[in-house]
Amino acid sequence: MQTTAVVVGAGHAGLAMSRRLTERSIDHVVLERGEVAHSWRTQRWPTLRLLTPNWQTRLPGHDYIGDDPDGFMPAADVVAALTDYARLVDAPVRTATTVHALRAAPQGFEIRAGDDLLHARAVVLATGACARPAIPAVADAIPPPVTTLTPLAYRDPGQLPAGGVLVVGASASGVQLAGEIHRSGRPVTLAVGEHVRLPRTYRGRDIFWWLEATGLLAERYDEIDDLTRARHLPSPQLTGTPEAMTTDLNTLTTLGIRIVGRLGLVTDGVAQFSGALANTCALADLKMNRFLNRADEWATASGLDDDLPPPHRFAPTRVDPHTPLELDLTSGEITTVLWATGFRPDHSWLDIPVRDRKGHIRHDGGVVTGAPGLYLLGMPVLRTRASTYIHGAAADTAALACHLHSFLSSRRR
Amino acid sequence: MTITDNPVENGVNVTALLGAREALSAAPEAAEFTWRASCTWQNGTHSRSTVAGFTGLGAEQQHRVTYEFDVDHPECFASEDNGATPVEIVLVGLVGCLTAGVASVAQFRGIQLRSVTATIEGQMNVLGILGADPDIRNGFDAITVRFAIDADASREDLQALIAQAQKRSAVFDVVANPTKILVELA
Repeated sequence: MQTTAVVVGAGHAGLAMSRRLTERSIDHVVLERGEVAHSWRTQRWPTLRLLTPNWQTRLPGHDYIGDDPDGFMPAADVVAALTDYARLVDAPVRTATTVHALRAAPQGFEIRAGDDLLHARAVVLATGACARPAIPAVADAIPPPVTTLTPLAYRDPGQLPAGGVLVVGASASGVQLAGEIHRSGRPVTLAVGEHVRLPRTYRGRDIFWWLEATGLLAERYDEIDDLTRARHLPSPQLTGTPEAMTTDLNTLTTLGIRIVGRLGLVTDGVAQFSGALANTCALADLKMNRFLNRADEWATASGLDDDLPPPHRFAPTRVDPHTPLELDLTSGEITTVLWATGFRPDHSWLDIPVRDRKGHIRHDGGVVTGAPGLYLLGMPVLRTRASTYIHGAAADTAALACHLHSFLSSRRR
Repeated sequence: MTITDNPVENGVNVTALLGAREALSAAPEAAEFTWRASCTWQNGTHSRSTVAGFTGLGAEQQHRVTYEFDVDHPECFASEDNGATPVEIVLVGLVGCLTAGVASVAQFRGIQLRSVTATIEGQMNVLGILGADPDIRNGFDAITVRFAIDADASREDLQALIAQAQKRSAVFDVVANPTKILVELA
């Protein structure tokens, strides 16, 4: 089968790209291994909600129209919203079609998908940044009686054995799961490395309102000083809850969760935690306050100070001076280790030499380097800081569809 | 074995060390030591640290003289190379500590040393400190210490000697195990 463009993945990014291609009358097909929003159906725990408020969940040609603009969509609602969106934009999705291989071909690309062989002049990779869990090498040293799992396999605390749980990683997944598991009666120890602390709301507005209003989310990839760092920054310690609760380390400490430093080595079944916890927390507090300063300066410059509650600062992160540096995983106290240590994309089926020595696809704002006609979507800070979030796909797909269109036109000539 | 019967002379006063262990066990507050260094930036990546006083035995103590350490980076890092790099000084601290341990334990065990040399290597991928690869740590991937010891003892005894030196080494513990650390503005 011959088509002009193939989009791999029918999540928010792939569907948004489909809409952009349709706008430009570019013949295409969206290949999806499962159903629309497959990973939201199968790899997200039910209580997970988007970190971004509903009003911000905008896609090309579609704004949030529900009655809870300040709420946070649970996973099931994300599935419903993306399913509706696929219908709205009439995306040509081929479900249950797994891509097995993508190769360069004389006229573009050859895609082996399901039982078919497709040919396309352009391909957009939109399979997402969170396809596989990133598990540190230290996992091999966890003693066998301890159960280990990742957020992709997690559904609810009931699937864990009774007893203590070590949650490794304190970004969005880690802090939410630590709270949920601890409330189930399994005492949680949370290993905290470098993290991004943000309050859920500030001066009466959601933090994402501030991140957007101050222009931070619009910062372009080619204007960011340290792009490598920006792309690898852990997700902020935010959860979407109906009550718009802040889920920082102080909240978790109050809940009774034991906060320890970054997990280093596990030697003879004994886990060792970094002694730099207080420092790490002080740095995260400092970073948060620098953003709040920027927010306040922006509000003053924008003449909004009379419309907003006055500026204030949050209590510094409390660190127990007696925080243990070691935990014996063989004592029976800890029965589960949960790796909330981030995610990686899975482009293992991509058979085109476009990777750097780390296996990451080389690209310039989503335009894959060394493979004209190949595009990448849905990755953190792909084109702007907003690219990390659903609404970022609107601008990203607009730019990449424009590039793709020019590419096709230049080839025709 | 008693000390007086021990003809071995490695220059370590084991009697004094054993005496200190006994005395400090009886007065544990005197065993609390604080080690100090102070550092002054010179220029570029060059700094000079001095070591003079420390606290211990319940009082302020002084080294015989003030020791100075120049710390810098090599010319291939576009620095002036006015001293060893900080990571090399860590290696110096570790191997010095282990060597002191080897001599002390040998003295105690009645092993006459004729020569002890050690080489220490720390492997590091500097993409970590350059911020170029978030998956690479800043610090050493691994440290290897290799002792060559000429002494009146079997290979097994010498292996036991360096094992005991590790067991009693402060710097080995500092490097191998987490330590609470706080860096703040004065």
